[in-house]
Amino acid sequence: MDYKDVKVLVITGFGLNCEKETTAAFENCGAEVAQVHLNDILDGQRSLEEFHILAFIGGFSFGDHLGAGTVFANRVKFRLREQLEQFVKAGKLIIGICNGFQTLTRLGLVPALGENYFTQEAALDHNDSGLFRDDWVYLKANSDSPCVFTKDIDFVHYPIRHGEGKFVAHESELAAIEANNQVVFRYANSDESVAIEFPANPNGSLNSIAGICDPTGRIFGLMPHPEAFLSPYNSPHWEKDTREAKLPAEGAGQKIFRNAVEFVAENLI
Amino acid sequence: MEYRIEISPQSNWRDSRGEKVKEQLATFFDITVDSVKTRDVYTVSADITAEEAQLVAKELTNPVLQNGLVGESKVDGDWIVAVGFKPGVTDNVGRSAHEAIGDIIGRKLDRKEKVFSSVEYIFTAASLKREDVENIAKNLLANQLIESIDIYSMDEVNINGLPLNLPIVKATGGGTVNEYDLEVSDEELIEISRKGVLALTLEEMQVIQNYFRKAEGREVVGLKANPTDVELEVLAQTWSEHCKHKIFAAEITYDNGEGKTEVIDSVYKKYVKGSTHKVAESVDWLVSVFHDNAGVISFNDKLDLVYKVETHNSPSALDPYGGAMTGIVGVNRDPMGTGQGANLLINVWGYCLGSPFTANEDVPEGLLHPRRLRDGVHKGVIDGGNQSGIPYGLGWEYFDERFLGKPLVYCGTVGTLPKKIGETREGWTKEINPGDLIVMAGGRIGKDGIHGATFSSEELHNESPVAAVQIGDPITQKKVGDFIYDARDRQLYRFVTDNGAGGLSSSIGEMAELCGGCRMDLAKAPLKYAGLEPWEILVSEAQERMSFAVPPENIDEFIKLAESRDVEVTVLGEFTDTGKFHMMYNDDTVAYLDIEFMHDGLPQMKLNAKWEQKTFSEVDPKSTDVKADVLSVVGGLNICSNEYKARQYDHEVKGLSVVKPFIGVKRDVVSDATVSMIEPMSEEGVILSAGILPRYSDIDTYHMMSSCIDLAVRRIIAVGGDMSMIAGLDNFCWPDPVQSDKTPDGEYKLAQLVRANQAIYDYTTAYKVPCISGKDSMKNDSTLGGRKISIPPTVLFSAISKISNISSSLTLETKKSGDIVYIIGDTKAELGASEYFALKGGLGNNVPKVDIDSSLNTYNTVAKITANKLAASLHTPALGGLVVGFAKKAVAGDLGLDIDLSQLPVLEEKLIFEEKLFSESNGRFIMTVAPENKSQVEDILSSNKVSFAEVGKVIEEKVVKISDADGSKVELTVDELATAYKSTLEKV
Repeated sequence: MDYKDVKVLVITGFGLNCEKETTAAFENCGAEVAQVHLNDILDGQRSLEEFHILAFIGGFSFGDHLGAGTVFANRVKFRLREQLEQFVKAGKLIIGICNGFQTLTRLGLVPALGENYFTQEAALDHNDSGLFRDDWVYLKANSDSPCVFTKDIDFVHYPIRHGEGKFVAHESELAAIEANNQVVFRYANSDESVAIEFPANPNGSLNSIAGICDPTGRIFGLMPHPEAFLSPYNSPHWEKDTREAKLPAEGAGQKIFRNAVEFVAENLI
Repeated sequence: MEYRIEISPQSNWRDSRGEKVKEQLATFFDITVDSVKTRDVYTVSADITAEEAQLVAKELTNPVLQNGLVGESKVDGDWIVAVGFKPGVTDNVGRSAHEAIGDIIGRKLDRKEKVFSSVEYIFTAASLKREDVENIAKNLLANQLIESIDIYSMDEVNINGLPLNLPIVKATGGGTVNEYDLEVSDEELIEISRKGVLALTLEEMQVIQNYFRKAEGREVVGLKANPTDVELEVLAQTWSEHCKHKIFAAEITYDNGEGKTEVIDSVYKKYVKGSTHKVAESVDWLVSVFHDNAGVISFNDKLDLVYKVETHNSPSALDPYGGAMTGIVGVNRDPMGTGQGANLLINVWGYCLGSPFTANEDVPEGLLHPRRLRDGVHKGVIDGGNQSGIPYGLGWEYFDERFLGKPLVYCGTVGTLPKKIGETREGWTKEINPGDLIVMAGGRIGKDGIHGATFSSEELHNESPVAAVQIGDPITQKKVGDFIYDARDRQLYRFVTDNGAGGLSSSIGEMAELCGGCRMDLAKAPLKYAGLEPWEILVSEAQERMSFAVPPENIDEFIKLAESRDVEVTVLGEFTDTGKFHMMYNDDTVAYLDIEFMHDGLPQMKLNAKWEQKTFSEVDPKSTDVKADVLSVVGGLNICSNEYKARQYDHEVKGLSVVKPFIGVKRDVVSDATVSMIEPMSEEGVILSAGILPRYSDIDTYHMMSSCIDLAVRRIIAVGGDMSMIAGLDNFCWPDPVQSDKTPDGEYKLAQLVRANQAIYDYTTAYKVPCISGKDSMKNDSTLGGRKISIPPTVLFSAISKISNISSSLTLETKKSGDIVYIIGDTKAELGASEYFALKGGLGNNVPKVDIDSSLNTYNTVAKITANKLAASLHTPALGGLVVGFAKKAVAGDLGLDIDLSQLPVLEEKLIFEEKLFSESNGRFIMTVAPENKSQVEDILSSNKVSFAEVGKVIEEKVVKISDADGSKVELTVDELATAYKSTLEKV
């Protein structure tokens, strides 16, 4: 199948910095990707309408000042809301990674309980350690989640790197997120059990939550970085895997993006 | 109207910032408090209504985590400490809030409307008195150089409330130019230099005096014969040690200590440049060396590699956080300003510091405690690097008590430069035509960093100017960088360079040299606040600024693109071919200097150097408790893991890392070098390594230098590289080597410099590892607290190389039990200046040396083995010797080793067990090989006549057992080794 009709928008600018690898992630599966500075969308040069998938990428928008994602989310919310509402209404896909996840929660695009968008119900707080951390973590996917990005994904090892990644929500919202199976990924131990303790749960997230989706499964936010694991040689274990003749052809992060592109090709074109 | 917007954590969540302060008070100050709470305050002075202010407070607050309000909330506690910025200091958070408020109220705030950020700490502790709180604020919460501290008891707050934090610069005026009368006595000339922090010597002042006596054409532009302060400042910046490298350029009469004297016309020209030019005769991958902001080498058909390493020592000593952040963000601008502008790929960092465990009473008055300094330096580089989205590729720390006086803060950046920009322009080239416009882009100019260049050319003393500190802003710089690459690809400019030390005076001065002149109006420069004099505008080192030469026909498009990227650009003037550096302030000429005099007028220094081979008392290598000594060495500060700090640096962004800074089953052992893909999914990769061995200088800087080069080179080999294309960078940090009353051993220190440079020549030419860029920092002494502390002569030798296929790279971790362990290369009794002797409290004399021929042969042979993927793991031992190598391999693989050293390849007849374990001989590897590859590996080694021996096996049992023929042995569990390796700096 030819996927070049699948159009992906990667928004850049203001200290975001994962545009190159996120673009590569979608291009590797044949989609057409445009990297567009947010200002070029705000002033009307480009429009969200042109695209099927929108990626809020990782980085430090506005230096994480005033809380990660806050300033960027405000700019989008006050100056791009209508387009974004249309995009969501059209059932198109949105992924927010790390800073993008923080932005999605600030915008209220996830968890968006009862499909009530643009009200904030969850947040990413400072890590319990009080420190930024770069490491690799295991993730266990919730097989009952409607998330279209994680189809056929069960257990993966991804890099994380953040200072504000502790997933929190107040009791009733947290219960609803769980009840609706909007939890997509939980931090796990190497035996696939849910990770409670640091460093397997790197930030102290409630219920070990690493990623959630909206009720439709079409909007997905996560702290780990699948786009930084496209090559099998990114894995910290690639030498051992090679020796045991089990090095995969691609990195485990690629699947997230292929799922999205395939979903668009099958359902939105 | 003025509003206070206050945002605090909701009580059901952890206040992690407050908890951290509480924990630090207990750990560092032995002070127990009941609680520390914090809140953020934004003081807004803007034309907005009370309703709008309410909306702003609501939108800035995270409703899940925080409470926000306009005004001041009542809080329980005993003391409130408010920490804000002093007037004029860069407030990055305040600026983001300024933008956010604009989005929320639907109107961009103008420059006269201000937003200031501050943090309030609320202490509950009945026992604390005001002076205790003052001490906490000064020593933990704020740096008074740049931050303001206000302390209120809760009673005061309850009666008066908290005043608004509005650190507005109240300066007015500016634009004044003064003349200097140089027709004065020599004493007065020196006084002019000293008072103005010009760091010019009497001889230099006399040359300047003489120049102005003869200068022609001044009256035509309305200037008197006397120089203006602008002119004197420009000359001081241009001629500073920092910019002109006077000692490296000096004529040195060198006495080798054995009766032979020679005159060296610049160690830089003769040894550093000389060696690179010699290597250039036989390699074809050098693209641009020494004359741009960073060195450039060829990588493949599409890309060149750009690499630069800098130090930022003096500013980091004063303000560790701001100084170090400026170090990393500043060195990013070097590749960005090389050729047509390189994209940034990887950062490196490394620090030489006093021990974080130094007792308080051993820190001289006026110097920061090394632990606090270290925390600040790390945080600065972490924030700078992480926020720029550049992964780190190498990070190391080296500790010695002499770095108490001056910390060394190394920061470096690798970039990639497209070989072709458009159809015809070569990426590494740059040019300027007369008539091209002078354009500055990025941050505004303030008093920050004034005299940075001249100040860093002096030792630290009590009157070190506070304006010498800048604060970096990675986000502004990221915007500038994104803009540059867009403008580059559209070919909108001909030349780009960064504004670093010396500010515009250096950048425009150097650009003007290329085309033969410039004319610029300083009144056009965008300022942070009023009140700057023309000379301050010219030499300010305010950050995040780049200078361009833009052809007039492109200027409209250039400005339009910049505006669409929120980057401020200003046309300041034009380049000319008049031969003059012509500065205006509105209609008046304020500087009119011959470019030739600026760049070539500085007289060459003439210095004497005298080498003396000192003999130190020998140390008995025999140990009474080998096991305890092994654990002490493995846990020593210069060997142990610094993972706790290093994991706070992003090393995975961009998704390119293959051999990571930390490797092993538990990702907890520092790797020899790192390998990164050049682009997502590329087969080709970049290898980075480094060598630094300051203590070897105590015996002989020649062998310090050759060992550093060898270490960096063999680390490249250790991760799967080869000798075909390795480039080096030399970064010298020296104590003042100029003989004077305060430096009575200057001639010896200068001889140490000569010898290190001789080693650079000898070894880089032999290895064909040319230096492509370097830097020197020559006054690393402190006299604070009545005690002179000079750093040991230190060189960081950084190496960069290419690997054609990342799949042939490898790490040091043992992979599988049953694999065979080989030692490759000879071990000698070289324990002089070793970690083991340091543990025993001595120095010794036998510093490790490098045998060029056998090392080269070894490296080429090992590279054949790795290229054929025959090795399972590879490591090159360094500090601590073979035993540290065994320990790291075992911990990384989480497997044991069974080692018999009786067959160890040695040169001397007989080495005792301790010498075998701890000697730091160069040129060696520990390799493990799967049994099925045994004969192939041995064939390759034997046929190339490399000295090697099979010494044991990887074993399942998690124990490292090492024995020798004479019955000596030591046995350590992998857990014991891991604990020793990891506990020293855990949570430190």
